[in-house]
Amino acid sequence: MTDIFKKEDNMNWTAVCSTNDIPPNAGVCALVDGKQIAIFKIDNAVFALDNFDPFSGANVLSRGIVGSLEGELVVASPIYKQHFALATGRCIEDENESIAAYNVKLDGDTVLIAAEAQAAA
Amino acid sequence: MSGTTRLVVVGNGPVSHQFLETLVESGKADQFSITVFGEEPRPAYDRVHLTAWFETRKAESLNMVTEGFYESHSMIVHNDKKVSSIDRANKVVSTDCGTTAEYDVLVLGTGSYPFVPPVPGHDRENCFVYRTIEDLEAITEASKNGKIGAVVGGGLLGLEAAKALHDLGIKTHVVEFAPRLMAVQVDDGGGKLLRKKIEDLGVSVHTGKNTQQIIDGDNTTHKMCFADGEELETDLIVFSAGIRPQDALARQSELDIGERGGIVINNNCQTSDPSIYAIGECALWNGRIFGLIAPGNEMARVAADHILGGAEDKQFLGADMSTKLKLMGVDVASIGDAHANTPGAKCYTFIDEQLEVYKKLVVNEDASKLLGAVLIGDADDYGTLLQYALNGIELPEHPEAMILPSLDGTAAAGLGVDALPEGAQICSCNNVTKGDLCSAIAEGTHTLGDLKACTKAATSCGGCSALVGQVLNAELAKLGLEVNTDLCEHFPYTRQEIYHLVRVGKIKSFKELLEKHGKGHGCDICKPTAASILASCWNDYILEAEHAGLQDTNDRMLANMQKNGTYSIVPRVAGGEITPEKLIVLGEVGKKYNLYTKITGGQRIDLFGATVDQLPVIWKELVDAGFESGHAYGKSLRTVKSCVGSTWCRYGVQDSVGAAIDIENRYKGLRSPHKLKMAVSGCTRECAEAQSKDVGVIATEKGWNLYVCGNGGMKPRHADLFASDIDTETLIKYIDRFLMFYVRTADRLQRTSVWMDNLEGGLEYLQNVIINDSLGIAEELEAEMAHVIGTYQCEWKTTIENEDKVKMFRSFVNSDSGDSNVVFVQERGQIRPATDEERELGKDLIAVA
Ligand code: SRM
Ligand SMILES: Cc1cc2nc3c(=O)[nH]c(=O)nc-3n(C[C@H](O)[C@H](O)[C@H](O)COP(=O)(O)OP(=O)(O)OC[C@H]3O[C@@H](n4cnc5c(N)ncnc54)[C@H](O)[C@@H]3O)c2cc1C
Ligand code: SF4
Ligand code: FES
Repeated sequence: MTDIFKKEDNMNWTAVCSTNDIPPNAGVCALVDGKQIAIFKIDNAVFALDNFDPFSGANVLSRGIVGSLEGELVVASPIYKQHFALATGRCIEDENESIAAYNVKLDGDTVLIAAEAQAAA
Repeated sequence: MSGTTRLVVVGNGPVSHQFLETLVESGKADQFSITVFGEEPRPAYDRVHLTAWFETRKAESLNMVTEGFYESHSMIVHNDKKVSSIDRANKVVSTDCGTTAEYDVLVLGTGSYPFVPPVPGHDRENCFVYRTIEDLEAITEASKNGKIGAVVGGGLLGLEAAKALHDLGIKTHVVEFAPRLMAVQVDDGGGKLLRKKIEDLGVSVHTGKNTQQIIDGDNTTHKMCFADGEELETDLIVFSAGIRPQDALARQSELDIGERGGIVINNNCQTSDPSIYAIGECALWNGRIFGLIAPGNEMARVAADHILGGAEDKQFLGADMSTKLKLMGVDVASIGDAHANTPGAKCYTFIDEQLEVYKKLVVNEDASKLLGAVLIGDADDYGTLLQYALNGIELPEHPEAMILPSLDGTAAAGLGVDALPEGAQICSCNNVTKGDLCSAIAEGTHTLGDLKACTKAATSCGGCSALVGQVLNAELAKLGLEVNTDLCEHFPYTRQEIYHLVRVGKIKSFKELLEKHGKGHGCDICKPTAASILASCWNDYILEAEHAGLQDTNDRMLANMQKNGTYSIVPRVAGGEITPEKLIVLGEVGKKYNLYTKITGGQRIDLFGATVDQLPVIWKELVDAGFESGHAYGKSLRTVKSCVGSTWCRYGVQDSVGAAIDIENRYKGLRSPHKLKMAVSGCTRECAEAQSKDVGVIATEKGWNLYVCGNGGMKPRHADLFASDIDTETLIKYIDRFLMFYVRTADRLQRTSVWMDNLEGGLEYLQNVIINDSLGIAEELEAEMAHVIGTYQCEWKTTIENEDKVKMFRSFVNSDSGDSNVVFVQERGQIRPATDEERELGKDLIAVA
């Protein structure tokens, strides 16, 4: 399976769930160190973003629809439908409202999250 | 502020109103102080659609005057006041009751009156004409005590009146003096076919009948005695034997009058007194009266221009009297020289007695130009043929091909709209040329609905709507602006095409659809669309693993997400009927989980503020108490509102509550392109507001009237009357077909109202498909609906019975706690989401986690 990040050293990994807990091509939310993190599974790859939607001020992104826009994987906010890139947290409609992306990896079926935001999101 | 030129208008019919509107549109209305006199008790209404009064029986529905129209231009309007004299020397008009008005410019728009043949007995009681709303009210009243009605006159208006009598449920006869129906417009062959079609509907036709007297009937109110010795017993009589220009005022004031009546006008619409104009049906131009609205409107525009100083240099130069109408459900059209009176004219005729279609072309001597045409039973080619005739376009080598059916399936030899000159008048009612349409399209009007609204084309008689649609499509293509109808970047198809691919290819999942017909990963446009189509076709449980991720925000959790990420809960309360026990359950659940409760606009109860994890717990209690999902979250049937109906209400004529409950239970769970709302009212008072719904049902003494394609919301639209006095079985059959046809053909998120406004052929086409099964798909549609009904499940019941599914409703995949971000405050005794400020202050917050 894939690791989608480079720096694996000195990360604080937390096991949050099994890949089977995530419906295919959809998301769930995990609570890691008091932080709400949305985890998405697309085919066999996993991604992690803030669950907080800056446009509505509600914790809802894990419940958005995932898909692709011009080849880039994104999730659409379920409230006002802005898109965020799964890999980086970039907001497609308004870069100023981009959100944090988190390091995530698989160990077998187990999903592991590092709750520090990615450096260059 | 009103201006200095005193302008008086006598007669407040459609043409006078067009005149006033033209003045206002010119922006110069304020140069005048305007006074309008109308003999009828109400301001201008749409006489062309007079018969539509029967649909609502309300005068307001025909009103032509927008709110504030008179006031904002300080016009003084006298209704119910007949002008009885004009003093031309002193330039003053006066009414019977003594009101006077001085004028600098006078406009006569007095219209015409129905001609009643002076046979003895014509003035007996229950003898009517068909011209005003009051006439229709009187006819309706009389029809309650009569069983038989006769219309004298088999012309356009006579047949329209006959249809009205027929619809009122009385046995109807048409009595015509000439040897055939619609003698002015159609020839013998056409008349014969028309007669057959009308007789097929149950209306008796008597031609060549000269009424000599009307006396007491033996079994009915009247007996009509004809010159040939025959008699006809009838309870009421409607005279529709032609119109006469209303020129009494002009005669009295000694303006020039034609030999057979009519106020003589010149090309500027001025009468023999240059300060007096005459427009509409009272005016005689070049020895002719024009008994149609389009020429009247043109006169109104010409007169307005001339009065304003002639900036546009308009002239009235006659008008085309071609007509297309639907008479008693039969398409009839007549163009130009229908009787081949032009010297040297030749005809091509095609008759299909099987399909009951009659078509005739009249061409000039060398068959190069079209002079006229008659179409009966199928008038689809009207627009094209009219353009050939009006614009003198060269005919193809074999003109007959234009009316012959194509046997090999190729398109008939029609004329592309591209060939039309810019100046070609596409909509004669509103004087809209092809050029007008093209510039509106170039300026960004890209849908049929918007084009109609902005140019007014196709908004009066509707005869031109197919042609307007063709111009729109051709122009969009030409501008390279062909609207991209692809659903999204992942599917190069419209929703309608995808529906077809799914249905025909028996595609059962989004994955399969994407692999076979799409690309990429899908998105928040195509996924919910596909989810809806899959559900309409196969009706699987929508949270099956392969479907769950496709569902839009609300469907995903089977509840409506609110602004703070919590959800609302709306159990079904079919028809709005609910027992005290169930009300108590809702109250107790609301109290136990501290939910905000409110009565919705759809006659049921909404419980707000539940977190994701509470949803299955709350629903378990509701399902146990006998509630079902209300699908408030789905693009699917919402509610069927009801009024209390005949069970309790003193006016009700049918059990509207029972019907609403049955209908709601039948269609609950049906997934559709957009949400569906319905209502059933127990009588014509319409307390359930059915005419604002996608499907509206109103009880009548004889059954139900079915209305379709209404809308509340941001762009309200009144529903169209689709079928009258049908029984319950027919009602359900039509609704089944209607809904499935909508599901098949509408765009994504297109309500039935917008769908209808963009449907080529409009209501008539839809009636043909649903009632006459013109596409031969009625059975298929019914079978598809039967499948959906047969596979209904309460999505919440299925969910709470399945542990895996319940797991999808946790706030966190790795913790049982709730969302600490969700906080409420108390207001009017209930919770509501806290505002940002309240959060910051941190006072009196109620948290759920
Ligand atoms: C709850 C309710 C308001 C209320 O408290 O009364 C309501 C609430 C919402 N309406 Fe509504 N509408 C409600 C009756 C109506 C009505 C009245 C009716 O149905 O008789 C209308 C006008 C009638 C109509 O639709 O033709 C109405 C016209 C709309 C529209 C505009 C639709 C349109 O075609 O213009 C929207 C927006 C949309 O659907 O795109 C909308 C959308 C919504 C949404 C779904 C907005 C959203 O996405 O959050 C709201 C859901 C709130 C929730 O959680 O339940 N709601 N909404 C009513 C629920 C009725 C029910 O029992 O199911
Ligand atoms: C049932 C029906 C169906 C029709 N269908 C069609 C159709 O499909 N297509 C089409 O093109 N045309 C149709 N017509 C014809 C169309 O309605 C007329 O061409 C149009 O109404 C003419 O408008 P007008 O303003 O000239 O006259 P009118 O509509 O007759 O209005 C004149 C008004 O002036 C008032 N008036 C008269 N004398 C005085 C006075 N002395 N003082 C004050 N007020 C006065 C009258 O009461 C009347 O209200 C139809 C007509 C009827 C009755
Ligand atoms: S619509 Fe008619 S039957 Fe229904 S409540 Fe109103 S008045 Fe009574
Ligand atoms: S021609 Fe009558 S609406 Fe256009």
